[in-house]
Amino acid sequence: MRTKQMLPVLLMVLVCSSLMFAGTVSGKVTYTGTPAHQKPIDMSKEPSCAKQHPTPITTETVVTGANNALDNVVVYVSAGAPDEGQVPTQAITYTQKGCQYIPHVLPMHVGQEFDIINDDQTSHNIHPLPKVNIEWNKSQPPGTPPIKEKYDKPEFIEVKCNIHPWMHGYFAVLKTSHYDISKEAGDFKLPNLPAGKYTITAWHEKYGTQTADVTITGNETKDVNFTFKATPY
Amino acid sequence: MNSLKPMRCISASLFTATPGCTTLGTAILGLILAAAFTVPASAQDAPDVGPLRPVVVKPMESHIGNLIGHSTSDNAKYDYRRFCAGCHGVAGDGNGENAVWLDPKPRDFTIATFKCRSTLTGTLPTDEDLFNTIGRGIANSNMPVWNTISHQERADLVAYIKIFSPRWEHEKAGTPITVPPEPPVTIESISHGKALFTKLECWKCHGPHGEGDGPSASTLTDSKDNPIRPYNFAIAGNDSRFKCGSTNQDIYKIFMTGVDGTPMPSFADVIQPNDAWDLVHFLRTLQVHRHSKENEVLRAAHGVIPPYVEQKTSSLAPVAPADNKTSGGGQ
Repeated sequence: MRTKQMLPVLLMVLVCSSLMFAGTVSGKVTYTGTPAHQKPIDMSKEPSCAKQHPTPITTETVVTGANNALDNVVVYVSAGAPDEGQVPTQAITYTQKGCQYIPHVLPMHVGQEFDIINDDQTSHNIHPLPKVNIEWNKSQPPGTPPIKEKYDKPEFIEVKCNIHPWMHGYFAVLKTSHYDISKEAGDFKLPNLPAGKYTITAWHEKYGTQTADVTITGNETKDVNFTFKATPY
Repeated sequence: MNSLKPMRCISASLFTATPGCTTLGTAILGLILAAAFTVPASAQDAPDVGPLRPVVVKPMESHIGNLIGHSTSDNAKYDYRRFCAGCHGVAGDGNGENAVWLDPKPRDFTIATFKCRSTLTGTLPTDEDLFNTIGRGIANSNMPVWNTISHQERADLVAYIKIFSPRWEHEKAGTPITVPPEPPVTIESISHGKALFTKLECWKCHGPHGEGDGPSASTLTDSKDNPIRPYNFAIAGNDSRFKCGSTNQDIYKIFMTGVDGTPMPSFADVIQPNDAWDLVHFLRTLQVHRHSKENEVLRAAHGVIPPYVEQKTSSLAPVAPADNKTSGGGQ
């Protein structure tokens, strides 16, 4: 009885201490060189989507920000992550809206359930193209419930809609939940890392991967920056 | 080997009047024809198929009714090399020596993705599915009808293609979907099927008249990035077959389970079983040159498919979007 009462307290202490002494890895992802020109997407074949974009959107293969910032880069702990095998229970969503995937890259933990939502007035088919995981291809007409899926093995999976060939996205299935996506300014942050040695990997759908080794000794913030060499083609 | 000389004689006689050849040629041709049925197997072999090397293969099994196929049987090893490897490759990766010339490409058994399944998308097909595919061949592709080899040999081949992917060791085949008995064809079922065809946007690829010319048709690629065409219903003749069969039950299974490895998705989660039959009935009317009960019903209705009016008793789940009021499907 007594141990049972003590348990929450013990847990609190554990959680607090781990948070107090947790380090953070943060930094910026940038590029050098000339990135590929992103082409405007012609959605005239799908008027219900076209009208959602008064100015045509462009492809998202390479998205950049000011000061050579590179967006949509998945930065994650590829070795040493303390949470490997701990599958998060919170649901994550991948939305099809305006014949676009939101987000363009969806990171997730191996085995984590995610919902695919169709917010459009048109049918989509969700056709991820894994090489390691199992391939499936499902139709999702408007108004149908979310498709619930998960992947068993770590992999970067291209996602396509065959009906709307301009729709391209990625699932980043990782062995950890210590991940972030570089945003407009190219910045990322991986908090809550206990003391230890880590390998941080940055993955970009066009420019591949880069890694950096970091050692966290306590309650500190380590700066790690990644620079990708952009190619125009 | 003594057949070489007469062969040369026959081919020569086709172009020039080689003395002694023309008369001899016919006799020898008859001899060769007769020999084709009597010579031992080794003499019929393709040049690259010699005696079986002692290959060690993973012991896999297949179960089709009472038949049990074994990957380790001589049947399996011999037949695979003799009949399958030319296209599917010795390693089962779909890169046989003929593969470069083929479109669509031969299946890659190493990823265990199969087009013709009675099971849900992403799952392994049943042994029976594979057995039927071998026996039926695949229409509009280079996969022939292998009804010349015995059922036991086919079962052995089903077991043999399992050695190429580890999935067969870790996973069970999917559960076949339930196909309810087919309701009678009526003009109403055809009309509802047409509404579904519009609502589910089958026409985006297959075209408004099923001619394979929808707005997305020209952009389609299979999962290995090879261009691929959507099925053209309109050119189907009386003896036409789909890739995965020719009966109404087969069409039902094709769109419900999807054609894995191609752009054709699965609709099992979005079409109710009875609605699916209505769609089947409509699809048959797209095959305008084919004699079918669906086309008879349509002819009796003077060739006009009335617009679908949703009934309260319909088994349909609610359909959300306002601009699709006339159609059903979805849940």
